[in-house]
Amino acid sequence: MVKRALAIIIILITGYWLANALAQVPFGADKMLVGKYYLENVKEQTGAVNAVTAVVVNYRGFDTLGEVTVLFIAATGVAALLWRKKRERTAKSEGSVVLQTGSRLLLPFIMLFGAYIFIHGHLTPGGGFPGGATIATAFLMLYLAFREYEIPHNVFEPLEGLAGMSYVIVGLIGLAIGGYFLFDWIWQTWQLGHANIGRLFSAGFIPIIYTLIGLKVGTELTGIVDNMVKEPKEGGQ
Amino acid sequence: MISAYYFGAISLILIGLYAILTKRNLLKILVGLSIMETGVNLLLISVGYVSGRTAPILTEGATPQTAVDPIPQALVLTAIVIGVATTALALTVAINLYEKYKTLDIEKIRGLRG
Repeated sequence: MVKRALAIIIILITGYWLANALAQVPFGADKMLVGKYYLENVKEQTGAVNAVTAVVVNYRGFDTLGEVTVLFIAATGVAALLWRKKRERTAKSEGSVVLQTGSRLLLPFIMLFGAYIFIHGHLTPGGGFPGGATIATAFLMLYLAFREYEIPHNVFEPLEGLAGMSYVIVGLIGLAIGGYFLFDWIWQTWQLGHANIGRLFSAGFIPIIYTLIGLKVGTELTGIVDNMVKEPKEGGQ
Repeated sequence: MISAYYFGAISLILIGLYAILTKRNLLKILVGLSIMETGVNLLLISVGYVSGRTAPILTEGATPQTAVDPIPQALVLTAIVIGVATTALALTVAINLYEKYKTLDIEKIRGLRG
């Protein structure tokens, strides 16, 4: 009881403090400084129509590389913490007929939708991270439906490493051509796609990097699901 | 008076904080953490909102004068991914604790120490 009362007091203090601070920030007013610069120059400088994607992949591309690294470290941490000699699927029964048929039918469409999201990241809402998560959902469904199913590890793990390495290589090519890491060489040096802003083949390296991120996030999240679904064998650790 | 969006965001943060402070089940604490994360994301997005403007996707009909601030949205994209990573790691720690102590009650886990 004392604990609960203490928690309520802490929450009231925090809430009052937060509300007081936010009263100084007018809701819905134009507070843009850097955002205005991005919005006005995004089409000429990056070729992307979606300003959020341009900020994430182009202006702050190095930050996104760090983000991908954090996700990679988390996936590695999950694998390391759950590491045992013998781990296997311990589900007692198969999924229902509806789940099995549904997952077989929907698998290609979910994969296609995920690929669409990450390839069109510079045109529509979305990008590599939601697209990768969508692809991982398809594999999660397979895990739920089939008792014996396991992802092809010899495809997924090299693909994950290759995608991450290609991201760094794209950045290093920019360093060689333009003088800084993650310089957009396709847009600024080769001038490819300047005629069709707003169509698929534009925005320099944004679709390439988002495809790589999509593959990496998809394989990584599937790996996390695979690690969490398996349990140690009965009796032996 | 603060706006409804700020109020909702602050409420989510406080609900999550309450769950973290009072619940004893590890999974419920993690749920509280996720709710708090959602509140922070909503707060960031609503700070970047400008009345009457649309999403910062500059296709036909949208100009830089009719778009909201793209930076908070980019930040929230980062925050969501990091949130997924930390949640996965925390759940893994919870799995390990359950395998060792056969319970998720944090007070019992604390009691078994030593």
